[in-house]
Amino acid sequence: MSDQFWVGVAVIGGLGAIGRFIFDGVVSQWFGRSLPFGTFVINISGSLVLGLLTGLALSGDALLLLGTAAVGSYTTFSTWMLETHRLTEDGQLGAAIANAIVSVVVGVAAAALGRVIGAHA
Amino acid sequence: MARVDRRELGAIFVGGAVGALLRVWLGTKFSSGAASWPWVTFLINVTGSVALAYFATRLQERLPQSTYRRPLLGTGFCGAYTTFSTMQVEIIKMLDRDRLGLAVGYGVASIAGGYAAIWITTAFVRRYRVIA
Repeated sequence: MSDQFWVGVAVIGGLGAIGRFIFDGVVSQWFGRSLPFGTFVINISGSLVLGLLTGLALSGDALLLLGTAAVGSYTTFSTWMLETHRLTEDGQLGAAIANAIVSVVVGVAAAALGRVIGAHA
Repeated sequence: MARVDRRELGAIFVGGAVGALLRVWLGTKFSSGAASWPWVTFLINVTGSVALAYFATRLQERLPQSTYRRPLLGTGFCGAYTTFSTMQVEIIKMLDRDRLGLAVGYGVASIAGGYAAIWITTAFVRRYRVIA
């Protein structure tokens, strides 16, 4: 791996995190912050795009930079779990369980859909 | 957005850059084969959840409000270090090979592991004020 590659990972990963922060703010303005829709929309859209990149059969540095660095940083596991935990603390057990399960089911479907679109592009 | 705080965005960028570097480096150093248990992603997600619960609980509930630590360490580093999308693509690759049990087990273990990491760390930080 070259130095340029790692500089690329750092810059692209940082931009992915900024994209997540900004988009989370936009989605939360639409739906409010009582339920974590921002993280949900981010994780589903990112799964769709990573599926798409997989379907396009990207490999090597291109997949690492666009997929692992960009989309990987844009989506997040830890915030999703933190928000799920905080929902249970607020007594919203149903919402917490739904946030955990619906995210994975829809995320897998989005990744599969993205891959089909990419394979036919 | 009403207001863009450039320093807040800068903190998220730096944290995100470090988180992405660490995750990509771990992924290239310890790659696991397709349709086997994705140890790298799994351990990244669980350890990142421990870190986020620590930072979020400590910074929000225990220390005076700091403007740039949460965006740097929480939104930036932990957000970018852990990943959701890779986990989904790993699951569809397991399903491709008819490894339904592995796919469900990986999804359930990730949620259980991530949730337990947040729960235990949060309780620990709230209880042991002096050392945490």
